[in-house]
Amino acid sequence: MMAPWDMTAAQLNAASRITGPEWAVREAEVARRRRMVSSLLRGLVYLGAAATAAVLAFLVGYILVNGVPYLTPSLFEWTYTSDNVSLMPALVSTLMMAALALVMAVPVGVGSAIYLVEYAPRGSRFVSIVRTTTETLQGIPSIIYGLFGMLFFVTALRWNLSLLSGACTLAIMVLPVVMRTTEEALIAVPDAYREGGFGLGAGRLRTVFRCVLPSAVPGILGGVILALGRCVGEVAALLFTAGTIAQIPDFAAGGAMAVFDSCRTLAVHMYVLASEGLHVNETYATAVVLLVVVVILNAAATFAAKKMRKGSGND
Amino acid sequence: MTSGTMERVTTREAAGATRTTVVPSAGAAAGAGAAGGAAPAANKMVVSDLNLYYKEFHALKDVSLTFPENQVTALIGPSGCGKSTLLKSLNRMNDLVEGCRVEGSIMLDGSDAYRDVEVNDLRRRVGMVFQQPNPFPMSVYDNVAFGPRTHGIKKRAELDEIVEQSLRDAAIWDELKDRLKKNALGLSGGQQQRLCIARALAVRPEVLLMDESTSALDPISTAKIEELVAELKKSYTVIMVTHNMLQALRVSDKTAFFLLGEMVEAGDTDTIFTTPSDPRTADYVAGRFG
Repeated sequence: MMAPWDMTAAQLNAASRITGPEWAVREAEVARRRRMVSSLLRGLVYLGAAATAAVLAFLVGYILVNGVPYLTPSLFEWTYTSDNVSLMPALVSTLMMAALALVMAVPVGVGSAIYLVEYAPRGSRFVSIVRTTTETLQGIPSIIYGLFGMLFFVTALRWNLSLLSGACTLAIMVLPVVMRTTEEALIAVPDAYREGGFGLGAGRLRTVFRCVLPSAVPGILGGVILALGRCVGEVAALLFTAGTIAQIPDFAAGGAMAVFDSCRTLAVHMYVLASEGLHVNETYATAVVLLVVVVILNAAATFAAKKMRKGSGND
Repeated sequence: MTSGTMERVTTREAAGATRTTVVPSAGAAAGAGAAGGAAPAANKMVVSDLNLYYKEFHALKDVSLTFPENQVTALIGPSGCGKSTLLKSLNRMNDLVEGCRVEGSIMLDGSDAYRDVEVNDLRRRVGMVFQQPNPFPMSVYDNVAFGPRTHGIKKRAELDEIVEQSLRDAAIWDELKDRLKKNALGLSGGQQQRLCIARALAVRPEVLLMDESTSALDPISTAKIEELVAELKKSYTVIMVTHNMLQALRVSDKTAFFLLGEMVEAGDTDTIFTTPSDPRTADYVAGRFG
């Protein structure tokens, strides 16, 4: 037999080839194993999806079954008493609280993200420090924000337990969420849009607002929805800053000073009811309402996103 | 540096030039060579002793080059030779690159593009079409109207007229006149690129820079854009970067060959392709490297 280095390519090829039944057996074996692995993987993926859907369905179903029968008119009375345990004040307070927090957090968050992505020099140390900081802030437990809010807004600024203290605390808490998602959304916009804008003699402001932002709006709204979810679902931070009085801040009587009224959001309301343990059924009913509120708010935000995207194409 | 390039340029100049702007002062050094020719070349843009650095990297070395008015100048050379860099410094798109530093001068009609002209005004006068078609994600109409709106034109009737004229100039009006309200991202690549040309024309530029603007397109779209360029040079000065040497030969009046950040040779396109004076140019256009 020739040494391999003396062979031509064709001879080498022939010598190394496994032929006959031996090869067929091996091929069949490999194919069989491949089929097994792929069906196993497919099974795992389906299982994962099914488990997720099942948990969600069970959760929602459990709350609906336990809560819907107790959705009585008395639960929706304008004034809370310890008899009717009405959720109406909490519902209105939730909307006020979330709106106030987002009105503060969204412009600041979106603005700083625009600065970081569009204005600050790319890859600068400052940007990476701010980015690390926001990432860290995102991971801090909400009760820490609550503690800070209590020490700063409630005590130092003497705003007491109030709508404003709570909303400011929530605003600080969701600011990193809004900032990070907006940043990601802006980074995902192709540089070609920026070049196109600059190339036509548009300044940075016009380029950012007319060429870049419209494509980023859906991503930014995703962040706003996330922030909204955290506002509506927050309890710990609000116990320390907004208090638990079940009343609607009375803007009609108190004017703007009503922001200093204490109030409880739906989530806090649920927590109080559940910990008192006297109105378990009403707690479930409240949970149903909270669920519906979240679904409606998300749908509204998604609708707004669609509307805005269309608007940017036709003005 | 530039002498030698100029004599060749002047031969074609007389017929093409509509305006007779003679580049004064700083352009004089570069324009000096033209004095010997029959008609004075009207140089729209003059680059003198341009050195450009990206941080430590010396991307353009002592480049001097003139761009005659109402002619097509092609910049050719292998990848990384600096031709796109030069193109981008003509409308200061390089300003956006971190760590980019420019020495030397670039004159537009006798005024210094880096000192005397406001940058957004420069980019209006020196328009650019990019390698990848980059229409904005908005309607065809809004794409074309973006530039005029940026520069203060708000009246609907006026905008309508500009949009129609620009699309006509870019030879795409007939295809798009019924789709003005449609999103531009739905167009084909070739249509998108011609839309981008229309968008650039809508601000009434004087110079049009094309950065390998046909390299992402199919041969038919490429042919359409080449035809268009031949038409456009009647009213604009066109400067194009191309990797396609046949395209340079077909479309351009003047060609400049770049290698490793240096401009090796520039002159009449026919001369560059048939009897170049530098052996490196001869090797490149013959396809022996690059």
